[in-house]
Amino acid sequence: MTEKIIGKNPLKEWKPRPDLPPPVRDFGLSGWLRKNLFSSAGNTFFTLIGITIIWLTVPPFIQWAVINAAWLGDNRSACDYLLEGEKNGACWVFIKVRLGMFMYGFYPDPERWRVNFALCLLALGALPILTTGLLEKNLRRIVYLIAGAIVCTVFFGPFPGLTAAMFLSAPLLLSFTPLARQIPVRGWNWIFLFTIYPVIAWFLFTGGIFGLPYVDTHQWGGMFLTLVIAGIGIAASLPIGILLALGRRSSMPVTKTLCVCFIELIRGVPLISVLFMASVMLPLLLPEGTHFNKLLRALIGVALFYAAYMAEVVRGGLAAIPKGQYEAAQALGWGYWKMMGLIILPQALRLVIPGIVNTFLGLFKDTTLVAVIGLMDMLGIVKTALADTDWLGFPKEAYVFAALTYWVFCFSMSRYSMSLEKRFRVNRR
Amino acid sequence: MPDTTAPEQITSEPIIIISELNKWFGEFHVLKEINLTVKKGERVVICGPSGSGKSTLIRCINRLETHQKGKITVDGIELIDNLKNIDHVRREVGMLFQNFNLFPHLTVLENCTMSPIWIKKVPLAEATELAQHYLERVKIPDLADKYPSQISGGQQQRVAIARCLCMSPKIMLFDEPTSALDPEMIKEVLDVMVDLAESGMTMICVTHEMGFARTVADRIIFMDGGEIVEENDPETFFHHPETDRAGLFLGQILSHGFDE
Repeated sequence: MTEKIIGKNPLKEWKPRPDLPPPVRDFGLSGWLRKNLFSSAGNTFFTLIGITIIWLTVPPFIQWAVINAAWLGDNRSACDYLLEGEKNGACWVFIKVRLGMFMYGFYPDPERWRVNFALCLLALGALPILTTGLLEKNLRRIVYLIAGAIVCTVFFGPFPGLTAAMFLSAPLLLSFTPLARQIPVRGWNWIFLFTIYPVIAWFLFTGGIFGLPYVDTHQWGGMFLTLVIAGIGIAASLPIGILLALGRRSSMPVTKTLCVCFIELIRGVPLISVLFMASVMLPLLLPEGTHFNKLLRALIGVALFYAAYMAEVVRGGLAAIPKGQYEAAQALGWGYWKMMGLIILPQALRLVIPGIVNTFLGLFKDTTLVAVIGLMDMLGIVKTALADTDWLGFPKEAYVFAALTYWVFCFSMSRYSMSLEKRFRVNRR
Repeated sequence: MPDTTAPEQITSEPIIIISELNKWFGEFHVLKEINLTVKKGERVVICGPSGSGKSTLIRCINRLETHQKGKITVDGIELIDNLKNIDHVRREVGMLFQNFNLFPHLTVLENCTMSPIWIKKVPLAEATELAQHYLERVKIPDLADKYPSQISGGQQQRVAIARCLCMSPKIMLFDEPTSALDPEMIKEVLDVMVDLAESGMTMICVTHEMGFARTVADRIIFMDGGEIVEENDPETFFHHPETDRAGLFLGQILSHGFDE
């Protein structure tokens, strides 16, 4: 049909119009102000109210927290003038003096480097996974691992430096060996972080071998304990949650029923009661004399509790994956686990990053509840410090400091999640 | 099964045997007493009004749907509830979908290489080479690093074809591969399908593209109400349909814009 027309009379040539830049609106600061803050009488009203509230709260807080605050000194007398005089200021000396305790609890002072080293190792091991592009080339990886080993040697001594060097270089070396080449360096990083690292961290934290003095878990506390509980809780709840979500969507009736019962049971009770159950009821049920570490009980409680929530978040993501994705994978011959692990879950988890991180943040802050079974997490240790008769009268400082610390951790997680969302946006439908 | 025959011609060797197939969705009887044998290298086009069970039939062949009665044998393997059998059959049978169903979190290249690497244990370098070869064959070698959301529907469907071919299937099933495409893109997909047909691939194709059916099909199967109503060579089917139902169908779809 078309060919006939082309043959008879030559067609007019059509040229697409060039793309033009969009028209520019609202020049400069005054334009922006008018558009965003004073566009109508109502908006002007709310803008003024907002300014008033900021004016009433922020300057006094800065006055208290920065200008009038006592920063220098290392004992109570540095803050005496605050309590006697009219000046209303914060006594940061209190925090400064107690900082070691807030961070490490009753972990013995000379052994605290072990905690620092373990966390440093975690950061070094996790960085290649958490970033993309930065450490993709082997040369950069080698530079990175040498730098990491040097940093550890400088701060913690030659033996930790060697440990760090081995821990960081092993994934790289493995990816070159013929047997292990199927898994990329990144995969080995993951495997190491979840298998080798916990072992190293465990020996560092508890000691008792390699000439490291033994430190019992009841001495652990402060931010360190919070990080241990939150870290293990996060690392365990996501995989368990994924398995529960898969189980709940499974077509096998027994698996499905078990998963549904577990999720609904756990979601139906408060975390406090789970922790109480783990700490009070469990020893009663277990045979006499069974030693069951208090920290371990709390860890299991937190991990299982949040796994149930995580399962529901992941299930939401799974439900959003179109049936065609399963069919396409099945038609290509993918079995269930490979299909889930490589095709379905990567998509489902990306969809629910905000929900996952939301659950992580909840978990992080709920670690404060372990105080009810006698573990001294960050907030618990802050409360203990308040009872110190030498430092009576500074609860504001302590709570502001604790809040700020929690906020810093949560905010960084939140920002990281946003960067992840941005990174994955390109390949979303 | 030893592959000794030249791929260019239809052999007498049957590769798919469907006998007395019956399927129900709940109470609804979707497929009724289907008997169909497809020979190696044969190109079969299935057409018919919507809801006639065409898609369900070809989805039974790689067991995306399970049947309740009857027997399906693909490449000598009977489809029963044996996961190993099913996976084996699925590796031999490629399938194209109306909505392409590319994996959106993987690049075009990864879409093609993932299955050979993870299912057939092909080394990465070899799989990449294979994928590049097939992407060239479907005429989109330069899109390898794009994500599915960044390319057009026609290009996506061609990637889906390349993705299937990377698993070197013996049979390809097409479930209305051009129905979701803009008119300008249908041709680029059909061209690839014609090319594939000419290479001797065994193809079963559910489509409304009657021009395509007429050029490449060895046999047209017309379905309605879950039954095979008529089975004929294209020439006879389009010009002298044997049944009034097929005649009516052809009258409906050929009345607009289809002239010789």
